[in-house]
Amino acid sequence: MKGLKTIAVVLALAAVAGCAGTAERDPRDPLEPLNRAVYRFNEGLDEAVARPVATAYRDAVPEPLRTYARNFFGNIADVFIGVNNMLQGKPVDGLQDWARFVFNSFFGVFGINDVASDMGFEKHNEDFGQTLGRWGVGDGAYLVLPLLGPSTLRDGAGTAVDIYVDPLSDIISSVPLRNSAIALRMVGTRADLLDAGRLLEEAALDRYVFLRDAYLQRRRNLIYDGSPPREKREDEGEAPVNAPADQDVKGTDRK
Amino acid sequence: MRKIAQALLLYPAFVAGVFAFVLDAANAQTAQDTSAPDVLVKTVTLEVVDLIAKDKEIQSGNRAKLIELIQAKVLPHFNFPAMTALAMGQSWNKATPDQKKRLTEEFRTLLVRTYASALAAYSDQKLDFRPLRAKPTDTDVTVNVRVMQAGAQPVPIDYNMEKTSSGWKVYDVMVGGVSLVANYRTEFNNAVRDAGIEGLIKNLQTKNRPAVAPAAPAGEKK
Repeated sequence: MKGLKTIAVVLALAAVAGCAGTAERDPRDPLEPLNRAVYRFNEGLDEAVARPVATAYRDAVPEPLRTYARNFFGNIADVFIGVNNMLQGKPVDGLQDWARFVFNSFFGVFGINDVASDMGFEKHNEDFGQTLGRWGVGDGAYLVLPLLGPSTLRDGAGTAVDIYVDPLSDIISSVPLRNSAIALRMVGTRADLLDAGRLLEEAALDRYVFLRDAYLQRRRNLIYDGSPPREKREDEGEAPVNAPADQDVKGTDRK
Repeated sequence: MRKIAQALLLYPAFVAGVFAFVLDAANAQTAQDTSAPDVLVKTVTLEVVDLIAKDKEIQSGNRAKLIELIQAKVLPHFNFPAMTALAMGQSWNKATPDQKKRLTEEFRTLLVRTYASALAAYSDQKLDFRPLRAKPTDTDVTVNVRVMQAGAQPVPIDYNMEKTSSGWKVYDVMVGGVSLVANYRTEFNNAVRDAGIEGLIKNLQTKNRPAVAPAAPAGEKK
């Protein structure tokens, strides 16, 4: 519930800050100053707590055990992924998610083995933000949420629903155990992103911008399940694939 | 307790074994024309993965050697001027030929470094080379590869390739739907807006300098 409250406060702040915008700002990110502040806060916290803990987890826990943990939480998540696929009008995908859950829960020993994937029932990536997107809700302003990181107005609302219906809270009634499970899931998620974090550091000139653009591209791709409609961007011009002239690889076979 | 742990460890292997023959049948490859873009991607990828697996020095973290390998095996199949042009967007036309050349060199160094880190993070995940969906006459295609991960959705890697006089060349790589080239566009445009083309080049140089290994002088090895 606390998470929800934080999100509500951020959204309210965001709405206020949105009134003051300058012309130079990226139209997708009218709240850039606020977002950058939250981003810096998140990075500081990540550097001080999340990354060291995740690194220790990765170093201390052998890969098979980490996979069991990842699969266990992934299996529980498949239930709501199926719900989202149903809500998006993809009953076949939804049924597959639920079949995965049933299969992995039984034959995968409470989901710690992803036997369904080995059988060709691939895992899907869905959440309520994607469902809203599928229903036609636009991104809205880009948002960096405290602790949770990159999001948008739409995805923030989606995340609030995701947290609200998180099955982990229903399954485990003991509060300390539930909190430990949620913590383990977070650490595991961060550990899986350690390499990506290093890549970001290496690739980006401005990490904030790089991460934002990657997030927006990624979400668009996810909403359309990997095949978004082609989008004419005004800044793309005519794709100058063959334009460069100072190297030996220029194309000469244009008809 | 031990027994249970052992059983748990063996379980995925058992299940995988049961289904391996199905996958084998599905993966049966027929001999194909190596000048096709999807065959090229597969050949180069498997060769690089294999070379890395065999190389003890790279395994133990020798970056210079990994970069050397990328330069020899991967670089010739990329069209860096086109990638730089796409990443620059409209600013590309404002650059002089000399600036274009330096931009391309710096961007190439940056991408090679990033690629090296990505490869270093690769650890035996299964690769799924998707059949090419294109007409034989197409000169602009997307080759799909998927990195399979246990317990997670596969990560698609898409290579946008164009047929040129010197064979198929990659001009953009999309990882999980994120276009590398498009992702640099805002950054590059911001840098050009704030400090001009020279500013962007300087920016890239600063970024590249600390990691430029002696084995990786920019702009050779073709």
